[in-house]
Amino acid sequence: MNRILPLLALVVVACTRQPDGPVTEAPQLGEAPVLTLPTVDTARLDNGLTILTSRNAEVPMVSARLIIDGGARTAGAAPGLATFTAGMLDEGAAGKTGLELSEAVDFLGASLNTGAGWENVTISTSAPKRTFEQAMGLMADVVLRPTFASADVARERAAREAALLSAKDSPGQVANRVFYRNVYPAGHPYHVDMSGDVASTARLDSAAVRGFWTAASDPRHATLIVTGDVTAAEAKSWAQSAFGAWQAPSSEATKTPAADVAAAPSSATRIILVDKPGAAQSVIYIGAPGVARNTPDYAAIEVMNTILGGSFSSRLNDILREQRGYSYGAGSNFNWNPVAGPFTASSQVRTDVTDSSLAVFFHEFNRIRDEPVDTVELMRARNYLVLGALGDYETAGQVGGAISSALLFGMPLQQTADDLAAMGKVTAADVQRVAKQYLDPSKLTVVVVGDLSVIRPGIEALGLGPIEVQTY
Amino acid sequence: MRPLRLLTLLLAAPLGAQAISVPATVDTLANGLTVIVHEDHSAPIVTVNTWYHVGSGSEKPGRTGFAHLFEHLMFMGSEHAEYPQFDRLLEAAGANNNGSTTEDRTNYYESGPRSALALMLWLDADRMGWLLPTMDSAKVDAQRDIVKNERRQSYENQPYGMVGDVMPTLMYPAGHPYSWTVIGSMADLSAASLEDVKEFFRTWYAPNNASIVIAGDVTRKDVLALVHKYFDAIPRGPAITYPTPSQPTLAKDTLVTLEDRVQLARLYYQFPTVRAWADDDAALEVAGQILSGSKNSRLTKRLQYDDQTAVFVYARPEAKKLAGDFGIVAQAKPGIALPVLQRAIDEELARLAADGPTAREMEQAHNSMESSFLSRIQTVGGKANQLNEYYYLTGTPDAFERDLDRLKAVTADDVKRVVTKYLLGPRAIVGVVPMGKTNLKAMPRVISGVN
Repeated sequence: MNRILPLLALVVVACTRQPDGPVTEAPQLGEAPVLTLPTVDTARLDNGLTILTSRNAEVPMVSARLIIDGGARTAGAAPGLATFTAGMLDEGAAGKTGLELSEAVDFLGASLNTGAGWENVTISTSAPKRTFEQAMGLMADVVLRPTFASADVARERAAREAALLSAKDSPGQVANRVFYRNVYPAGHPYHVDMSGDVASTARLDSAAVRGFWTAASDPRHATLIVTGDVTAAEAKSWAQSAFGAWQAPSSEATKTPAADVAAAPSSATRIILVDKPGAAQSVIYIGAPGVARNTPDYAAIEVMNTILGGSFSSRLNDILREQRGYSYGAGSNFNWNPVAGPFTASSQVRTDVTDSSLAVFFHEFNRIRDEPVDTVELMRARNYLVLGALGDYETAGQVGGAISSALLFGMPLQQTADDLAAMGKVTAADVQRVAKQYLDPSKLTVVVVGDLSVIRPGIEALGLGPIEVQTY
Repeated sequence: MRPLRLLTLLLAAPLGAQAISVPATVDTLANGLTVIVHEDHSAPIVTVNTWYHVGSGSEKPGRTGFAHLFEHLMFMGSEHAEYPQFDRLLEAAGANNNGSTTEDRTNYYESGPRSALALMLWLDADRMGWLLPTMDSAKVDAQRDIVKNERRQSYENQPYGMVGDVMPTLMYPAGHPYSWTVIGSMADLSAASLEDVKEFFRTWYAPNNASIVIAGDVTRKDVLALVHKYFDAIPRGPAITYPTPSQPTLAKDTLVTLEDRVQLARLYYQFPTVRAWADDDAALEVAGQILSGSKNSRLTKRLQYDDQTAVFVYARPEAKKLAGDFGIVAQAKPGIALPVLQRAIDEELARLAADGPTAREMEQAHNSMESSFLSRIQTVGGKANQLNEYYYLTGTPDAFERDLDRLKAVTADDVKRVVTKYLLGPRAIVGVVPMGKTNLKAMPRVISGVN
């Protein structure tokens, strides 16, 4: 009699199904679903306004976002003027005060938001389908007929001054602003935050706001993205009613093409310290001028960054948080914009391990350049990005965001699928190559906000570069 | 997203034409685990959302913060999925995950492509059934340090962060489950031991104290087969006794002033109210909307537009399982003393209590709240967590329509009544002022005939 074979058979059964015990092996993954990008319908009004519609009728709501090219990079716009003007749009329009507008929006069960980024101004609304056309009418009011009353400008300016004051309280915001003003020289758009500074805020007035908007509000530079429970015909018809009378301005706003903005110079690695006496933690913010979104290395950089600091299992988070216990979290990021944003790596770490944490950052910057990543790490990062994207088009809002992002970069939506396909093919050699090319530890700016009386000696001993103390 | 079942109601307010339903099935395993499935085939994704019916409210004296520390330990590996496989396997499957702890419950989710469903369920089952074999002091020490960093980041090193430590002690009597913070004290975090972990797991992390929602591009049949396969072998735990304290009240105003390294003074009011789903809960929600739900709401208009004394103000009810409270927070403009804000807020509360909201305000509030319901059910992740919450608090996962109906049923008189009953009386007051600027500090109310 053989005892062996039946026992083996039992073991095999036990691995798949053991009625009185745990399943001991991880299950195989099912077949990965295929990404289906939303379809987009394009139309245009006589005044030049482009309308992009994508239907998703699962919830009876419609969302629209009007993207007007320009934004904080508009030629001649003082720091903070674009974002301030965008914020003023719904503070009074078409004979209604800001409060009356707000009441009208709420009454429709709608939302209305206005804002600006570096490249554009965005006005967005969302409403149940049955009130959406009226909501779009209010949206057109704020775009075409804003009041910009002096009293309202004064009130919102004071609110912004208070917000700028409060930014000093947050070590994270201080580190961010100090980083940008040092990495990007005066004259570069990113030198001052897009919300402006104390000096530029003091100069905001009704005339400046009106002047900016008169030139910026231009249907030829505008795209209306409509998503949700809506057909292309409905979107065009509603847009015609709301925006058909929108006239191009006599003098057109201009903007330096992204490709023509002088790149920020790189500087040898340096340390900038900001004192926060008694701080329980230090905020570390490390980086350098990065690369523009249209780089052919986009896919490889995203995979490299996912391994370095773009996921929970990434090296920076794994070491600084899980292995060393220095932090609650650490990460890194390439800021994608038409004008190259920075590469940054950051964390908030316990005060007494600030120097040790900096050493970890630099060790990891070097390691990802000097050693090829292992296959398991590489496959994990690729799948995390490629399969994770399957959840990016679930809601009408996400679809609208994806369309506006493609618009921002002047790329077709299909580019997303191509990028994901490219990420799925990135090799360890690609990762090492882009790490060497875009992450140079000898050319980084390090900002630390913390209790200098405790952390400075240890940072000096690291010998990373010259140290300068700044205030904010 | 799956098409919602929309029913047309003939008698309705301007927007109130739609009833909301998120259909879900409920099954219970022999070991007591509740399994809730919601099918939504509109995107190729799935969410697994697990609630354990334990939060910081069930912590023992001297171990504040333990439920949340334990949440961290649930990611530290289990017998068949050793650390750090939990995160690594999920990332390799394109899924993300997280957990969170409140006073009442601890939740965990994984979200990702439908191809990761079996992996998600297996990982969740392994840590529900077999967490302790690989647990050791080193793991407790590691996560203790991380949680302390979390506390530093969210409290000590966060402007106004220390208010979170103070407010529960003013609102709830010593020993009440809500009288300490979810994050806990540094001393108690230091005291937590491996023995505590084992005891907590055996007491609270049993299948009969959990409900698991699976929502997304899956079928109930497939889900139940997998759930049986992975969870059936987990033994039922001991019967559980939940705390049942009564809703505390305040006899008089209590005031604490904190000096912080901040530029602007900030006022916090908090009033005792009622627990979630109690009779006045919905009317307090509507009151919050009328007080600060939009620019032209009462407090926002008064403080930011008329007086222009505040940078922001918000009023928000928070109804928990055992008790509720209503908070009002206002940030002063530079140089504005907190009693200036207090006076304006008290006047607006008194005016709302005396006259009630207008019909237009009620309609505006109802329409806003209905739209926010629609917005909240756009993602499978959002729906899954809400199904779990409704199941926990009402016994029925798909209570969306019931929840919306009770908000719609609130009348102007209801709002007037709850403002009078809950928001005019004693409150906990915390004023935060910039270092040395005690001239800006909040004041206790002077009540004639009492003081």
